Amino acid sequence: MGILDKHKILETNATLLLIFSFLVVTIGGLVQITPLFYLENTIEKVEGMRPYSPLELTGREIYIREGCYVCHSQMIRPMRDEVERYGHYSLAAESMYDHPFQWGSKRTGPDLARVGGRYSDDWHIAHLRDPQSVVPESIMPKYGFLEDKLIEPRYIEDLLQAQRMVGVPYTDGMIENAQADFTAQADADSDFDDLLERYPGAQVRNFDGQPGISEADALIAYLQMLGTLVDFSTFTPDASR
Amino acid sequence: MSTKKQQQKKPEDYGTTGHSWDGIEELNTPLPRWWLWTFYACIVWGIGYTIMYPAWPLITGATPGLSGFSTRANVAADIAAVDQANGPINERLVGAELTQISADPELLTYATNGGKAVFATYCSQCHGSGAAGNVGFPNLLDDDWLWGGDVENIHATITHGIRNDDLDSRYSEMPAFGEILEQEEIASLVSYVMSLSGEPANPALVPAGAELFLDNCSACHGENALGDYDQGAPNLADAIWLYGGDEAALTETITYSRYGVMPPWNEILTEAEIRAVSVYVHQLGGGE
Repeated sequence: MGILDKHKILETNATLLLIFSFLVVTIGGLVQITPLFYLENTIEKVEGMRPYSPLELTGREIYIREGCYVCHSQMIRPMRDEVERYGHYSLAAESMYDHPFQWGSKRTGPDLARVGGRYSDDWHIAHLRDPQSVVPESIMPKYGFLEDKLIEPRYIEDLLQAQRMVGVPYTDGMIENAQADFTAQADADSDFDDLLERYPGAQVRNFDGQPGISEADALIAYLQMLGTLVDFSTFTPDASR
Repeated sequence: MSTKKQQQKKPEDYGTTGHSWDGIEELNTPLPRWWLWTFYACIVWGIGYTIMYPAWPLITGATPGLSGFSTRANVAADIAAVDQANGPINERLVGAELTQISADPELLTYATNGGKAVFATYCSQCHGSGAAGNVGFPNLLDDDWLWGGDVENIHATITHGIRNDDLDSRYSEMPAFGEILEQEEIASLVSYVMSLSGEPANPALVPAGAELFLDNCSACHGENALGDYDQGAPNLADAIWLYGGDEAALTETITYSRYGVMPPWNEILTEAEIRAVSVYVHQLGGGE
């Protein structure tokens, strides 16, 4: 049998077994992971993607803090029933600035990848306060306390800086103006031209309808932009991918 | 086949691996045949799989596989198949005069059933699964409409929504009278508005409220407070309230105003779906 009989050499030598096991895992890993870095079709280029604005990013932090991802996925799979219910299936590029990504692996609540614009801000407020008041069959807990907690952008530069360290292309200008952008986005009367230049398509208004910037403002700003950046009326994904 | 069954080998027949610990030796028993053959079959199947399906990464892309499988192509084909099956009737639905759909039994059945599914998916979260609405989200079962309840108006409202970024969306904005009127004046107005629908109101305040109403409110809500579809101004003379008709709710409404928003659905739904759900809402009970 030749080589097949030689397994005894590995099995009787702990160091050799360790070295060869490592070799096998390395090859397997390289074959699976390396192509993702150079293959062009892993992340197709799409128009419209941009890093999160400071307020949206803060909302995203709250989303993660409250564990929304435990029940809500952000990943529309390429299946007809999902596409009919939630919209166009998710593209890899749409979560390219997500660190960590929020794809999720199970749904207790609905997918939120394209929840932006589906509901009014008023609905989000009513729903966060008491989900059963608008959706009686819902089992979602209440999040009304988010409205009461006012927030300041004290550490927002650090947050953007941290995101830049892991690869999000925040420019120096974005980081310098993070505090101003944060406050501007929650106030429709602010001077938000610079904000829109830095973050095209950002929605500017008082999201929770109450004075001050609350956690609910940030969270709704994040929810209302989810899945809205790529314009699918002008973009058709390559079907062969 | 002289013997009934081949004599089963005893463990001792395989010898030992040569390992020995404190006199305990390890038998060199081979793997069970069924296990071994399953293992080999998995390897063969694995090779076949990587040939048939997208698998091995190369320089510019992965091997496409002989079967031509593609998740995206599959979902596109699934959607195309349904679109094609519903194509003729969708075309008729889109081509028909909106007001004539209810006169065509086949179209009406299709639109009502299809519209019900659209409603459950996209509308029920605000308007309720039974369309009975909620505070701030209108009841669609009654005949009290903000922007008109004939099928054309319903269709326009669903297509472009209310107070959003769509240039054709329904738009009106009630002033926040807290910045315009004194608190006592607002209290009089509240009493007058409550008296309109027969709610118990302070009769002493009603005449002053009536005067204030004519000066400040009648331009949109009408002299008789019956509302105006063109401005989305609600009828205040009935007992149906969107944000509540008690003293506290009315005071809040007049002081701070309301600004209900509905998304434009033409970006998400097809024209056939919008028509179907328009017909569905129209036939719920209050359609004009």
